[in-house]
Amino acid sequence: MTELEQRLIMELGDNFPIDSRPFAVIGRRLGMTEEEVIARVKEFIDRGIIRRLSVALRQQNVGFTANAMIVWKVPPERLEEIGGTLASFPEVTHCYERETLPDWPYNLYTMIHRPYREECLAIAERLSQAVGIKDYKALFSKQELKRSNPQYFSEERE
Amino acid sequence: MTGHEKELSEADRQLLSAMQQGFSPVLQPFQEIAERLGVTEEKVISDLRRLKANGIIRRLGAIIDSRKIGYTGTLCAMQVPAERIPEVADVINAFPEITHNYVREHDYNIWFTILAPSTARINQILKRIKEQTGITTVLNLSASRIFKIRVNFDLEGDR
Repeated sequence: MTELEQRLIMELGDNFPIDSRPFAVIGRRLGMTEEEVIARVKEFIDRGIIRRLSVALRQQNVGFTANAMIVWKVPPERLEEIGGTLASFPEVTHCYERETLPDWPYNLYTMIHRPYREECLAIAERLSQAVGIKDYKALFSKQELKRSNPQYFSEERE
Repeated sequence: MTGHEKELSEADRQLLSAMQQGFSPVLQPFQEIAERLGVTEEKVISDLRRLKANGIIRRLGAIIDSRKIGYTGTLCAMQVPAERIPEVADVINAFPEITHNYVREHDYNIWFTILAPSTARINQILKRIKEQTGITTVLNLSASRIFKIRVNFDLEGDR
């Protein structure tokens, strides 16, 4: 990735102008035209580098204070199917398969954010019934110690 | 912190819902959002600036797929005695590559994520955390497959 591409990604991700012509503002910062910036954004979207242009909300500040990480122990041969089913629930924000360890047999992870703890538990139970897996645990967050935006390319920049 | 949501007006909820759906790489993306909502572009821009300034919006712009630009991430868990949590959290959080760190209700009570340019850097960070805290049991649960990442809070539905 060229240095200009790296700078463009940082401007688009961390420094996006809330302005009538945001891509023109970014272009002025980087010495590109507005059209060039838009063309690169479309290209990054096509390549999957940019998932979407959107907002990330601070979950506590919009009332979604209950945050449950549900860990599932799923037979390996059913992972594909169950991962797809759990991911299809709109309440599930993240669904990952992860490596297991001798001390930690859970191989599928789903995140649920809701206003109330009881809702998370009810959703987990619905997910459990939908896929027929009873071996799961809901790990609620008690305290946020850190939540920061990813720092890309900083080591190249120092 | 429950109760903050009461500060969100109906108009704010509609705006944030539209923004969560995404905006387009066009000349005036906020004009498009404004047309969807039936308000002016000026209102969309001033409301978004306010919601960003007061912390409702954590970030606005391109959501990057970190793996596509060569970054690699993992989820780690540690068992930390309750009285040591603040001190251990300071050690962990000092690394800029740590993006999330939560106390969770489990024997493994500290859960954090690392996002770094290489597995070698992740292993180096974990080694330093172990050395600096003296806690040697750290689960490193790297993702082998991603089925979904789509954080979208339903701000308008039945609550």
